[in-house]
Amino acid sequence: MTSNLLVYLIALPLFGSAILMLAGRRSDKWGHLFATALSASSFGVGLYLFSQMLSRSGGNRAVTQNLFSWISVGTFQVNAGLMLDQLSICFVLLITGVGTLIHIYSIAYMSHDLDRRRFFSYLNFFIAAMLLLVLGDSYLNLYVGWEGVGLASYLLIGFWNQKPTYATAAKKAFVANRVGDLGLSLAIMISFATLGTVSFAGVKAHAGQASTASLTAIGIMLLVAATGKSAQFPLQAWLGDAMAGPTPVSALIHAATMVTAGVYLIVRSNFIFDAAPTAQLLVAIIGAITLLFGAVIGMAKDDIKKALAASTMSQIGYMILGAGLGPVGYAFAIMHLLTHGFFKAGMFLGAGSVMHGMDDEVNMRRYGGLRKFMPITFATFGLGYLAIIGVPPFAGFYSKDKIIEVAFNMGGIKGVTLGGAAMLGAAITAFYMTRVVVMTFAGNKRWDEKAHPHESPAMMWIPMVLLAVGSVASGFIFTHGNSLVNWLAPVVAPNPEHHSEMLKPAVVSIMALVAVLIGIGIAIMKYLRKDVPVVAPENVSIFTKIARRDLLQDDFNEAVFMRPGQKLTQGLVVADKALIDGAVRGVARMTVGTGSTLRNTQTGFVRSYAMWILLGAIGLIAAIWVVTL
Amino acid sequence: MNSANWLTSLGVLPLLGAVLISVLPKANDLLVKRVALATTLVVAGTAIAMATQFQRDNVNFQFVETHSWIPSLGINYAVGVDGIALVLILLSVLLAPIVVLAGWNEAVGGRWSVKTFYVLMLVLETMMIGVFASTDVFLFYVFFEAMLVPVYFLIGGYGTGARSAAAVKFLIYSLFGGLLMLASIIALYVLSGEQGGHTFDINALAHLHMSSMTQNVLFIGFFIAFAIKAPVWPFHTWLPDAAEAATPGTSVLLLGVLDKVGTFGMIRYCLTLFPHATKTFTPVILVLAVISIIYGAFLAIGQTDFKRLIAFTSISHFGFIMMGIFAMTSQGHSGATLYMFNHGFSTAALFLVAGWMSSRRGSSRIADFGGLQRVTPVMAWVFFFAGMSSLALPGLSSFVSEFLVLVGTYTRYPVAAVIGAFGIVLAALYILIPVQRALHGPVTEGNEHLLDLNLREKVAIAPVIAVILFLGFYPSPLLRVINPAAAHSIAQAGYSDPLPSIDKAGK
Amino acid sequence: MNPANYLYVAALLFTIGAIGVVVRRNAIVVFMCIELMLNAANLAFVTFARINGNLDGQVMAFFTMVVAACEVVVGLAIIVTIYRSRRSASVDDASLLKR
Repeated sequence: MTSNLLVYLIALPLFGSAILMLAGRRSDKWGHLFATALSASSFGVGLYLFSQMLSRSGGNRAVTQNLFSWISVGTFQVNAGLMLDQLSICFVLLITGVGTLIHIYSIAYMSHDLDRRRFFSYLNFFIAAMLLLVLGDSYLNLYVGWEGVGLASYLLIGFWNQKPTYATAAKKAFVANRVGDLGLSLAIMISFATLGTVSFAGVKAHAGQASTASLTAIGIMLLVAATGKSAQFPLQAWLGDAMAGPTPVSALIHAATMVTAGVYLIVRSNFIFDAAPTAQLLVAIIGAITLLFGAVIGMAKDDIKKALAASTMSQIGYMILGAGLGPVGYAFAIMHLLTHGFFKAGMFLGAGSVMHGMDDEVNMRRYGGLRKFMPITFATFGLGYLAIIGVPPFAGFYSKDKIIEVAFNMGGIKGVTLGGAAMLGAAITAFYMTRVVVMTFAGNKRWDEKAHPHESPAMMWIPMVLLAVGSVASGFIFTHGNSLVNWLAPVVAPNPEHHSEMLKPAVVSIMALVAVLIGIGIAIMKYLRKDVPVVAPENVSIFTKIARRDLLQDDFNEAVFMRPGQKLTQGLVVADKALIDGAVRGVARMTVGTGSTLRNTQTGFVRSYAMWILLGAIGLIAAIWVVTL
Repeated sequence: MNSANWLTSLGVLPLLGAVLISVLPKANDLLVKRVALATTLVVAGTAIAMATQFQRDNVNFQFVETHSWIPSLGINYAVGVDGIALVLILLSVLLAPIVVLAGWNEAVGGRWSVKTFYVLMLVLETMMIGVFASTDVFLFYVFFEAMLVPVYFLIGGYGTGARSAAAVKFLIYSLFGGLLMLASIIALYVLSGEQGGHTFDINALAHLHMSSMTQNVLFIGFFIAFAIKAPVWPFHTWLPDAAEAATPGTSVLLLGVLDKVGTFGMIRYCLTLFPHATKTFTPVILVLAVISIIYGAFLAIGQTDFKRLIAFTSISHFGFIMMGIFAMTSQGHSGATLYMFNHGFSTAALFLVAGWMSSRRGSSRIADFGGLQRVTPVMAWVFFFAGMSSLALPGLSSFVSEFLVLVGTYTRYPVAAVIGAFGIVLAALYILIPVQRALHGPVTEGNEHLLDLNLREKVAIAPVIAVILFLGFYPSPLLRVINPAAAHSIAQAGYSDPLPSIDKAGK
Repeated sequence: MNPANYLYVAALLFTIGAIGVVVRRNAIVVFMCIELMLNAANLAFVTFARINGNLDGQVMAFFTMVVAACEVVVGLAIIVTIYRSRRSASVDDASLLKR
């Protein structure tokens, strides 16, 4: 099936971004409305395509659109082609839907910023790039969107780049992402060299013929790409700093959509990972490590946005873990991705709303008791909270429990380790999220007299309410009659033979609930029963100190990459001057030196010249004499 | 116009402009500039008209013209273009008007008059067209060396800082390479005399029989000349000095076009004349290319001056181009040629903005800038855009070429491609670090009153940006011209594209 | 008389002249020594003409005399000019070529 509507999904927001950029200050008055309208119309196109898709049967729901031949050299043929299938439509609706809500929210949130128009231009650009990422029909098209969202993320993190630390955070994000992009481009190269094609359809068709070693190499490179974009171990360090961006950005890009692109990439490449078990296992391991890594950092953060960012890292860890569990896990990874999109975006907007009412204060130790002042924010945040820690029947319960269950059911040591990690993560999640809610909304007020906490305007809380509805209902909708699993089946082809259950679903759910309750209990003991000090206590264990320093991720990167890199650069600069240019200048100096040595024979005395002439003449005659003799 | 003398007309037009300018009154600078701009525009128009007549699928030289020049030595005035040369001529003539318009005032304050500046510029344009169009090795050599003269005076007479030293370094370095090439050319001439008649015709020379030793020695003579021109590590140190001293417009032509003569020469002369030597030296050259990529990038990161930084990024980019050429795959070759074109525009954008920035601020040290995004938003955006193009952001033209080079190299030399790909990460650093220092952060002292781009500058940079964007999304117009020529030169060197490993396994 | 003896005299005169040019400092003396060398050459030319029995050598001798005359004019003029400006006729004082 082809459809010529697909391009409009991307073109509308791209057009908006371009107009706002080119029109400049002239569009200050209407720019935000224009951008929101274009984002919403893209959502409209998405809904229309979705409805059409529903009207067709499972096998032929996917539609494609071929725009033109993009790069064509020899056998390297890449079309500017788009593909909308059951997997991409989930993303399209998430991106445009949540994206539009966040546009609306930002109208109010950014209303005092002089550069609001520029902000909306970036947002629209992001929507376009992210849509290209999920709609591209080849790895190279995906790559364009992949770097496009990286650029959007860079611009938005550094939106307030007059503050040097924010500019640095933006740069850090871009560079970390570029390391991931290196993986993606290597994956594309290997894929072309091995399979002769880079389109999804082509790779899927030929993957069976390739050697496991090549597929494993492609898989590992794709995983590198995913770790960069999705802030997974070991490229996770940028996400916390990325919170420098305005809060709506954190909600849209660094929680709901862009950071989940790695999960999309892995699920989209299911045909590679299914044929490369080593790479697949590595995906699961990385997911498990990151979900604990993020959770541990989340326990120690006092900055509400950084705590939520750590939580995002951890939740994406769950998704990656799910995607690494193979055919049974893909659908649940996507399900968790979608539910997470709702509740995490909702909570970030909630955090933004709190900051909005608290003069941009982000330190939770200076909050407390805000539920009376911000009832709507509290309610929506609370629903998101219940969803993320996995309390039934909220969304997270369905998606996260499924991943834990599937992990356990891998069986053997693998199952116990991965499942155990996921279970432990659930307990920690419950702890740190409870901590966030308690420190922010419950307890005594700890803010200055100057602060006047107040509820945000309707423009801000309406998107929050809508996202809260999603946090409540989405899990049930996706699991009701296995709807999402069946929907995605044509794309990810779940393994029908899978029946070996180590633990019954009910057992897993109960275990998870117990873990969650333990986490909540500890958090309440620590933060509700006792007063929270306004200044973070210093006499804490070494583990807390390390967790506060983000488990030394920055220290590690600085010591291992940054400082040696700087030394190397400085060394090379000196070496270039001294050795290479030195050699060139040495040759020049030698020439000059020879000249000035020879110049000494030019005494200026006529008699010495005459002497030389005489000697020369005698020498010449002697030579002739010798030769003719 | 007779279709037979397109190239000669194209080459003569700038000369006519130069003659016209030289008879204009010295006092009337404005008139001089207008005539120069008009001339370059006419040349650009003529070249585009010529390009429309080009037959894309014909791999032979087109618009061929041959006149006897020095019959006793078998030297002809012989010109003609294939797809690769056509693209490079287009690059030269399109950049020329942009450079004239963008650097409207850069001739003021030079050692000589404004008039002389534009005469030199236009003479240089003729040389650039000639060097790409020659099909006679001797004629090529004449243009190759004569080109140095106007550039020498442009750097030495109108530059800033240590301009004389830089000009001399550039001249002597290039002459040294040219000398080695001359020796090789004379050897070719002698060999051709032994094998049926003295000639300098490239097609005839391609069929000479040479022992592998002779091939290797002559190859080295040509290669070093081109490696210095390109410039390739470790022959690169003249470039940062020259780029730092020259006016921005001269630098654009220097990095954008003149250096391409080196990589163009590798394709046209090294590969065609010495296929066996090429095979022998490929590993060494790939190593040099990879070193250039990584080394150039690291050096760029370490620079404190915008102009030197851009020069080092170019060294890194030339590493990519060389890697693509010697990968001997159609993707690598087409990618390398496209890269030459795209690099011309992306460097032009970078250098012109850097030039505007430094002429406003009176310094090109990165540390002297700060917070320009607040003060001069348009200029800052253009710089950012140019930077993105330099780091090969997908959607901009340089991405297409860089990726083609990497993919093309990977299919034959995976290790080189993997190491080269690390340039992608380093590119992010060498662009974003100066972007952060100069454009972001608080507005620092001395930058509060900088003026944003004026209309002339916007008009000059707009086509560059448009080309970069357009070719990023739709490179086909150029690729369709380049592909047959690239495939032909691969085949001539005795190579064919490696098959995907699944097909190899099947056979 | 053996014509070779004239050649010995010419060689002797030339050597004296050459040594004089190299050894003496006074420009006039140096100049006269140059004349001596020229005349030694003339003597050799004339002798060779005699030995070979043709006039080529004698013609050459006339050329040499003309050149010598021109040289005297230019050379003396230079010496006088240098003497006027530097109050010295020593060739070692006039080492201006060095810089």
